[in-house]
Amino acid sequence: MAKLNYPGFDTLSLHGGQKPDSTTGARAMPIYQTTSFVFQDTGQAASLFDLGRSGHVYSRISNPTVAVLEERIAALEGGVGAVATASGMAAIHLAITTLSGAGSHIVASRALYGGTHNLLSYTLPRFGIETTFVDPQRPEAFAKAITPATRLIFAETIANPGCEVLNIPVIADIAHHHQLPLMLDSTLTPPCLLRPFEHGADIVIHSLTKFIGGHGVAIGGIVVDSGRFDWESSGKLTTLTAPYAGFDQIDFSEDFGPAAFLIRARREGLRDFGAAMSPANAFYILQGVETLTVRMTKHISNTRTIVKFLAQHEAVDYVTYPELSTHHDHTLAERLLPSGCGAVFSFELKGGRRAGKQFIESLRLFSHLANVGDAKSLVIHPASTTHGRMDAAALAEAGITAGLVRLSVGIEDPDDLIADLSRALYKSQQYQSHPSGG
Amino acid sequence: MLLTLLNEAVYVADVGIPIDHNKPTVIFIHGAGLDHTVWVLFNRFFARNGLNSLAIDLPGHGRSSGQPLKRIEAMADWLIQLIHALELHDIKLVGHSMGSLIALETAGRHQGSDSNRVSTTVLLGTAAPMTVGDSLLQAARDKQPAAVDMIMLAGHAYGSQLGGNPVAGINILNSNRCLLERGLPHTLYTDLNACNDYTGAIGMAANITHKVYLVSGAEDNMTPAKATTDLLTRLAHSQSCLLKHTGHMMLSENPEQVHQLLAEALL
Repeated sequence: MAKLNYPGFDTLSLHGGQKPDSTTGARAMPIYQTTSFVFQDTGQAASLFDLGRSGHVYSRISNPTVAVLEERIAALEGGVGAVATASGMAAIHLAITTLSGAGSHIVASRALYGGTHNLLSYTLPRFGIETTFVDPQRPEAFAKAITPATRLIFAETIANPGCEVLNIPVIADIAHHHQLPLMLDSTLTPPCLLRPFEHGADIVIHSLTKFIGGHGVAIGGIVVDSGRFDWESSGKLTTLTAPYAGFDQIDFSEDFGPAAFLIRARREGLRDFGAAMSPANAFYILQGVETLTVRMTKHISNTRTIVKFLAQHEAVDYVTYPELSTHHDHTLAERLLPSGCGAVFSFELKGGRRAGKQFIESLRLFSHLANVGDAKSLVIHPASTTHGRMDAAALAEAGITAGLVRLSVGIEDPDDLIADLSRALYKSQQYQSHPSGG
Repeated sequence: MLLTLLNEAVYVADVGIPIDHNKPTVIFIHGAGLDHTVWVLFNRFFARNGLNSLAIDLPGHGRSSGQPLKRIEAMADWLIQLIHALELHDIKLVGHSMGSLIALETAGRHQGSDSNRVSTTVLLGTAAPMTVGDSLLQAARDKQPAAVDMIMLAGHAYGSQLGGNPVAGINILNSNRCLLERGLPHTLYTDLNACNDYTGAIGMAANITHKVYLVSGAEDNMTPAKATTDLLTRLAHSQSCLLKHTGHMMLSENPEQVHQLLAEALL
């Protein structure tokens, strides 16, 4: 018999979760643009509602096109499954609320995307879910912040925009020692760069809008479960281990074992909060997944070229990228991210905020917008935009200065990107030399 | 429900519906290293469609305490004691892989006028004998991850390894892997060894007078359909079915077709 091997990463990127359409033979994944699905008979209808048979009922709960994306990302991450959502923020909300409720507490890294920071700082407390923020560089701070009400630990694999690399194995050990799941936003590290489950994470979240979708055409998010956290033994996550009145007194852990979290997230979270992904968006994102490795290879290559250029440029104070030996997480990054540290990084321009403004407005090829992970190169000034709701203290804690510029490096010709940056850097310093602007 | 049998905790998934002694009962028996959760769709369906539906955790599996039993005959003894303890009658047995051997052994012993006799048996992914390769047995005995890899690769059709689960968002391969890895370290070896050592299938088949359904996956490399030939010749009343594009892990690879076959056999 021929030697058996698991399908490889790139094969799964193209084929994972999909069988050629049985009705039409379509090779590409069709867009099942329908709200609902006709039942075979009343018995099948009842059993679909009762979780007694497989199949789709209503596209807020599940949809064939979306399901392919979910299974494909789960395969790439090495998870037991996934639930796709309307956005990355919807994914974070779904994951947190599946495990927690009023009276719950979260321990989170303080180096987070601004939107996540808003959710944890301002919005979830209105619903009784409180968060303690800690320095991700100090693992002991996570342990110290845990209380009897803590339900999960939350962090980003590489923080945005400071590029702090999370010591996933150490934080996972702390979480598991306290019988808590470690939930990670891995948006800046798609699975061809990092598979957090292999380092101990329990739940992984992606904004699919970014590198995985890759083309800046569709908003989406996803929650992936490793299936390895023992909800029952923990005893702290009662949403999964106690009978649920909202679904026929079902005990998700008892009935579904490793899939308990995902089944509750879908059957309660998507049902009641309704932040489902549209089939069309799932289709767009699937096109991106197909070329994920190819694109990321070029993203990384271009990033390394630009980081080297900026690090040597006289108009730049410093560059924050974990592959640089000067970065405080350089050694950790070498261990966790041998294929590359992503394509989003920051640098401090000499001349502060005014030089930064001139720099951004002088760029022609880089697009000034609020996104990262597009195939096209992007730029933004975090302190006044993505992290603009954070106060001065929170900005300082997150390492965001007034002159910090964030780049998301695309897959254009690197010489053209360097030329664009060179011109804008020159303009930014010219402005410094002639403050009257004359 | 949790009950005590032979001084050990036994978990029987009943979907929260109490046993009605006026109804027939279907008992689902899982395969090597697995537990009751592999039956969740079927258990939830039949519990709401005219049967008492029970998915058991064998000793040392899932939520049942104790050590895994070393012989198929001992597993059948245990199941018969469970049937008596629950005062069940008109029993329908559905077993997958190792569970199919337990079902066969149990059904072969419960013939005639016994009030708790077995009236229907469904064998999914079965073989007689159910020989287990030396390399798999050795890897399982040495608690190597390679044992799980071998089962994952030989146990799933290639298409299932890529995916396409009709249960939205669940990855077939990784969820089955996760379930196997959850078991106690020695459980998988004990179970596989029990399958390999069992020689009673053909003899028991000759004892069975009721209809037996055999379901094989066309791409099953662990219990291929041809390994049921001797069994079919010894069963008085049988019906066999081959599921296309399906491997050994048919419950998750092809749940809808398995559902159709079970509905035909049990209702």
